[in-house]
Formats: sequence, C-alpha cells, structure tokens
Amino acid sequence: MARAAVLGRLTWQVGMVTDIRKETATASTIMIDVPGWPGHAAGQHVDVRLTAEDGYSAQRSYSIASAPGRDRLELTVQRLEDGEVSPYLTDVLMVGYPLELRGPIGGWFVWDTGAGRPVLLVAGGSGVVPLMSMIRARAEIGSRTPFRLVYSVRSPETVLYAAELAERGQAGDGLEVSYVYTRSAPPGAQVRVGRLNPVVLAAPGWTREAAPAVFICGPTGFVEAAASLLVKAGHDPGVIKTERFGPSGGQA
Amino acid sequence: MGIVSPGFRGRPRSGREKLPPGQYLVTDFPVLSAGPTPRVKTRSWEFRITTETGEVHSWDWAAFQALPAEEFQVDLHCVTKWSKLHTNWRGVSLDTLLAQAQTSAEYALARSYGGYTTNLPLADLLDGQAWVAFEYGGRPLTPEHGGPARLLVPHLYLWKSAKWVQGIDLKAKDEPGFWESLGYHNYGDPWREQRYWGD
Amino acid sequence: MTTHLDGNVLAGTFGEVFAVDITTAVGQCASCGTREAIGQAMVYTDAPGLVARCGSCGEVVLRVTRSAGRTWVDMRGVSYLELQTPGQ
Repeated sequence: MARAAVLGRLTWQVGMVTDIRKETATASTIMIDVPGWPGHAAGQHVDVRLTAEDGYSAQRSYSIASAPGRDRLELTVQRLEDGEVSPYLTDVLMVGYPLELRGPIGGWFVWDTGAGRPVLLVAGGSGVVPLMSMIRARAEIGSRTPFRLVYSVRSPETVLYAAELAERGQAGDGLEVSYVYTRSAPPGAQVRVGRLNPVVLAAPGWTREAAPAVFICGPTGFVEAAASLLVKAGHDPGVIKTERFGPSGGQA
Repeated sequence: MGIVSPGFRGRPRSGREKLPPGQYLVTDFPVLSAGPTPRVKTRSWEFRITTETGEVHSWDWAAFQALPAEEFQVDLHCVTKWSKLHTNWRGVSLDTLLAQAQTSAEYALARSYGGYTTNLPLADLLDGQAWVAFEYGGRPLTPEHGGPARLLVPHLYLWKSAKWVQGIDLKAKDEPGFWESLGYHNYGDPWREQRYWGD
Repeated sequence: MTTHLDGNVLAGTFGEVFAVDITTAVGQCASCGTREAIGQAMVYTDAPGLVARCGSCGEVVLRVTRSAGRTWVDMRGVSYLELQTPGQ
C-alpha cells in the first residue's frame, strides 16, 4: 500500500473544532483542525478521548470521513441513545472547543488507491463513514476503479451523506450506490423493506467472478451476516476486510 | 490526564456511597470477557476440586444442586473501575465444597470453561468469603454473567471471581492466572487499590 | 460485550507503544500455525486488557494490559510477527 506502515509512536494531540455540520437528526460531522496532522489513508480512524474535571475519562474510536487530501480532519458521529461519548460530540461540542485525539490509526482496513481491482463497500448504518472516506478518496484522485456501495439503513431519515451519494452515484464515473432499507423505505420507492440479502449483493458485475476487494463496516451482527453472505456466494474470505463497531470498541 | 473536555460529564458517578479508591458506581451490570461466552449445558457441567496430592472431589449439576446453598448480598468491584453494590446471589459456599478436601496447600488456581484462570490464596476462599454462585437476582445465572456457575470472591477485584468456573486446583506453589501473569496484581484488594504489579 | 471486534482495534494501543502499525503485521498463530494479518484477529476489548484471538482456531495470539504509565504485552501466542518495514 502507498502509505508506509512504519510510523512514529502515536501520541495524544489536541485539535480544535472548526465546524460542525448536522448530517441527520442524530448524526453530525465534526471538522477538526489538528496542528501537524500528518494526513491519513482512506479507512483509518482516530481515537477520541474526553476527560471530565475530576479526571474521569472515556475514549472511543471514530472513523475518519474526509478524503486524505483534505487538510482538516472530519469525523461523522452517530449519536447513540445510551452512549457516553457520542452524545457529547453531537450535542455538547461546539466550534472552538478542543478535542483530544490520536491517530491516524490502522493501516489494514484501508483502500489502497494504487490497486486496480473493483471495490465492493458494504455499510451497516454508521459503518458507512470509513467507506465514505474511500469514496471521497477515489473522487479526489480522479480514479475510475469500479466501486459499489451497498448501504443498509433502517429508514431514509438515517442515511448519512444522502445528497452527496446521490450526486456521486449519478456522475457516471464508475460508482454505484444501492440502498437496503430494513425498517421503512422512501415513499414510492420500488424496494422491498428487509435485511441485506444475496440478491442485492450479487448485482451484475459484482459477483465472485469480478473478484472485488470487499470492505464491510457496521455493527458486529451486520458485519458477520454480510461477510457470511459474501463467502457463501463464493467471494474469497482473504479479500474481505471487516471493521466491526462494538459498543465500546467502536463508536458509542 | 488529558485536557479537560468542556461540558463533558461522563457516566453518572455517585459520591455518596463508600467505594474503594478509584471506583465509580454503576447501576447496570457491565459484561467483560477475554473471549467468546462459553455455552455450557448443565447436563455436562462438572465442578472439580483437585488437591496438591491429586485427590479429586467433583460434582455434577445434580450433586451440586443437592448441596446446602445460601442467599447472600455482596458488593462487586471491577478493576476497570466500576462498582456495583448490593447484588443478590445464591450459591454454595467454598467452605462446603472444600470440607472434604485433605490439603496443606496455601494457594488456589480457579479454572474456567474457555480457558480463563485466576489465582488466590486458599485462605481467601474460606470462612464465608467465597461461593460458587448459580443464581443472580433470583434467577439462574445467565451465560453472559458466568452461568451456569461462577466463582464469587467479593472482597477481591472481580477478575478473581472466575466466570464459568470449572474447578479449583489447590497448589503448594502460587501460579499466576490469566491477568495476574500480565500486569495485574497477584492479590487484588480493592480497598488497598491493588490493581497492578507493584501497587 | 462478548462478541469480538477486528484486529484494527489494536492499532491505537499498539501505536502508542511501538512505532509500527500492528494491524498490517502478519503473525503465525503459535497454536494452529495459521498465518494471518493481525487486522483479521478477533479482539475482545471488554476486559481488563485487550485479548486478540486467532481468526482460525480462537486461541489467544496477543494480550495487552495497561496501567497508568506501564503497558504489558504478551506475544507468546504468535510464533513470529512479520512487519512491513519499507526502506530496509
């Protein structure tokens, strides 16, 4: 892969929030200026640490949403009902606040921009964030490598980056976007409500014969189900990379 | 300590109850595990005490259930800093389980289904300080929380209370268990905040 | 939580201690001999430490515990780690 895997040791750094954009009723994108930010590869994450006045601290990982070439860092945070960190980031954090983080982290769940093989991205809910970084990275370098995003959501209101995905998907440059609605679908849409299934995954040009690299990201149950479907459909497990979001290991 | 995050409070932490140093109170019951949850059926469950001379005492589920059990309420203190107070259990005292064992061993190693181990002085299992518990909150102990049965030694940090307990080996020589061999304190008294080696 | 996460969750902790990205390292499981990227390991994080288990056989490949100021690493579960060190 393009980025060297030998890094300096990770240390905690303090960035400043420069902008906050609401993505949905419960998710926001936070733009952070981190002095000396070395840049990142699409798919990497940062660890964010919050500390209360009495020294109590909580830490969570958040995938980087922005493309590598941007000079500021963007994180998209989904507010979890009983979360400890996410409600702070979506409801309390304001422009000008400091935010302590370390990163970029993780060279394994990364799209290698130099590789030519088609890329199948499978997202469950907020699992779309690191995959969006890959889609943005692809656009940034003008790549025409075939990309397909299969994005599973509960309802249209919970889709992140809806307008941007619509625009990019219609650009005709080799990106396809498909949605799976598990609770409710857009009014008038010709889609059945239900979970991810083999038919959705096996679109023309995306079966095992195409041998795409696969990135799956989302809640653990979703990731396991998606990986299982793909392996059963004949995709090589060795080219399937997964990032499970757990209650405390991932976004919370 | 990191920079203070303006307006961040974190999970509710009560200052009113008397807790060991560095702990905060929780009202839920966090689940911690070093591996997948073992799924042990009571029909194949066995609990075994093995002395330092190789003498074995074992109980299958029926034999275990036939032993005198007691209900008790204890406080739990996890080394990851949460404490849960006034938890209600039902279990068999280690005094009962160890009654027949002929031993001069000073140490014990608890072993769990799934491979987890933890060590403690035999004396800390005796005199009403420890149980093999099989009910929590009036209901059968769920696999998540260590069921069918777990060790409970509430005066030490909760990592010593081996979930899915399978047996206890009595040993002449102390053998560090899973966490004790990687930085966690060999004894683990929460009131003296013995979390790590050298504390 | 008793389900596991992926190996890339080790990256933050290891990155503070070692100047390499552990997730792109390939390790050989000392139990079953399978070679796999550490990124593919099954990592249990809800514990007093991080426990990484082989994606093939489930045995422990790596363990990490931390206190304030000290980190312990047990790598007995891998026979070796093969790291990407470009430029050597």
